[in-house]
Amino acid sequence: MKSLYNYAFFDEGSKREIRRASLKAIAIPGYQVPFASREMPIARGWGTGGLQVTLSLIGKSDVLKVIDQGADESVNAVNIKKLVGKTTGVETTEETERATLIQSRHRIPETPLREDQVLVLQVPIPEPLRFVEPSEETTKRLHAEADYSGAYLLLFEQIMRYGRVSTGADHPVEVRDRYVMAPSPIPRFDNPKMDHSSALILLGAGREKKIYAVPPYTRVVSLDFEDHPFEIEDVTGRVCRQCGAVDVYFDELVDEETGETFFQCNDTSYCLARMNAEADR
Amino acid sequence: MGYVAIKGGTAAIEASIARLAYERTKGGTVLDVDRVLGGMRALIDQVMSESSLYSEEVAAICIKQAEGSPEEAVFTMRAFRSTLPRKHYSNVVESDSMRVERRISATFKDIPGGQILGASYDYVHRLVDFAMSEETDQSATEWLTAWHDATSGTPSATASAEPGRLPKVLDYLRDRGLMKRVEVDHTEPKDVTKEALSFPTSRSERLQVLTRGQTGTVTSLGYASLRGYGPLLHPTVAELRVGYLPITIADPFVDEADGTDDEDAYYIGEVKVTEVESVVPVAAPRGEGRSEIEFDIGYGICLGQNETKAIAMSLLDQCLQHPDPAFPTHDEEFVLLHIDSVEATGFISHLKLPHYVTFQSNLDSVRRSRNSKQASLADRDVDLPPAPGGGV
Repeated sequence: MKSLYNYAFFDEGSKREIRRASLKAIAIPGYQVPFASREMPIARGWGTGGLQVTLSLIGKSDVLKVIDQGADESVNAVNIKKLVGKTTGVETTEETERATLIQSRHRIPETPLREDQVLVLQVPIPEPLRFVEPSEETTKRLHAEADYSGAYLLLFEQIMRYGRVSTGADHPVEVRDRYVMAPSPIPRFDNPKMDHSSALILLGAGREKKIYAVPPYTRVVSLDFEDHPFEIEDVTGRVCRQCGAVDVYFDELVDEETGETFFQCNDTSYCLARMNAEADR
Repeated sequence: MGYVAIKGGTAAIEASIARLAYERTKGGTVLDVDRVLGGMRALIDQVMSESSLYSEEVAAICIKQAEGSPEEAVFTMRAFRSTLPRKHYSNVVESDSMRVERRISATFKDIPGGQILGASYDYVHRLVDFAMSEETDQSATEWLTAWHDATSGTPSATASAEPGRLPKVLDYLRDRGLMKRVEVDHTEPKDVTKEALSFPTSRSERLQVLTRGQTGTVTSLGYASLRGYGPLLHPTVAELRVGYLPITIADPFVDEADGTDDEDAYYIGEVKVTEVESVVPVAAPRGEGRSEIEFDIGYGICLGQNETKAIAMSLLDQCLQHPDPAFPTHDEEFVLLHIDSVEATGFISHLKLPHYVTFQSNLDSVRRSRNSKQASLADRDVDLPPAPGGGV
């Protein structure tokens, strides 16, 4: 049997359908648009939502960058880059500045994005109210009625229990004063980068069959209370052992010999670029 | 100083992929796809059913490629399926047009048309047949010849009943007024692969999701409903059929508005299916606190011979027609959103992906909540569940 796969894996009809869902998502910022998510050669939960958005958009002149939790060479990124490369032949890059299309799992790059770039985020659980309400039928109604008391209640309970808001990644945001949205499990550190982002941000959830978007220059506010303002992860006093960067998101590592904890930029391409610049000097 | 990898992931991954190929081939023998087709009928049927793609050949290739893992084979086949352009919907097929190979009923001993046992594991003892290790192509051929000789002249064991000859057991119940007659519903079914599910679902959507469900999961949930999760009284298999259904498509050159008839349809082949109709006694309220027992139908159908799955599907179909938040098996979101093999195995396996960023974020919250000066509030005896985090 001969192998026959179309450009960018999908048949053109499928791509068009996904683009239509994306356009609707852009038109209604933060609203989760259901779409007929396809099965992909990469596992559900491994970025198939983002991948479908990427494949529906990618053209021959695009330059693609794929990030997995900050790293360009981590399993998920390598896997996705390989598949897109195999089915499109487009150029891939690790340099954030050079990419026109960036698919990322759970990080927004440290290098600020531009208007001519599109960021595609992979989403495991698109429903910000899922931990409050397991039923999809009910959460859909809560969104329609803009009833977000559950989301605030969740934060309130954390304050009652731990004395502070204790969300990890995926801290919920409100988009353009209307929809509460799961920003995908980016660290809280990256939430502010969504606010008035120059680049279009598309979020794809393959298993849950939803696409949603933050159009460029859109107001995105992390949920909080007046007396408990939103806080990003504390990075004060941390310095990258490789490139000396401060005020970035770090990986925490342990020196095998000394047992000492040290830090390194989580965004590997940012770190590498800084080290190269140092070497060139 | 410890080595910290910034680069090198790609090379390591390539080496892992090569190692996988080594594991499949290291014995120096590889499986012939023809042999998978010849000897793994049950696995092929299971994989086709969960993939919702009817191709024994592609299933056999996927099984070989996946070293026999149904999870992997289904995954590969589904991903292939999603690239295939879908040019036609087949015409509605009446299941009494089935070319029946096996047909049993648990409701009546003497059903019109008779019980046809066909091929089934139901009647064998599950003793290890150590002679299997000695079996050769030649000994198999010899057995076949002897069997053909012995059965020639008798109604052959490989024959199948002609379509339409066998009346449906359920019709017998309907004719005697023991079961409600329902109007034929010609509503165009929704295609769950073209449109995301929205709740509440239609029955056509539920049946599609159930039939492509993971065999083990469908079986387990069906079992749960049978064992006591739900108000289910003991259901009975009115009829289980295994056989071939003819598939036709409408003539693409005839305008549907002009009306098409069977004459214009093109026959494109047949698919082997297992079909189950279960009768489930339910209490029907008759007012003034009184109720009567009547029969409800549960319907199950799967590609290939997958009898346990088809029966379990028929139970779940009946459960989901009677939503009840008290029982997970009667909650369509619980059942329909968790029985898909590709979705379930995918999301479970994603836990193996790096979670360095999200875990670091969780760690930040843990550390802060420990150091928090405001922790006094937490000392109060407030009984709250642990706060769910975003660590996905």
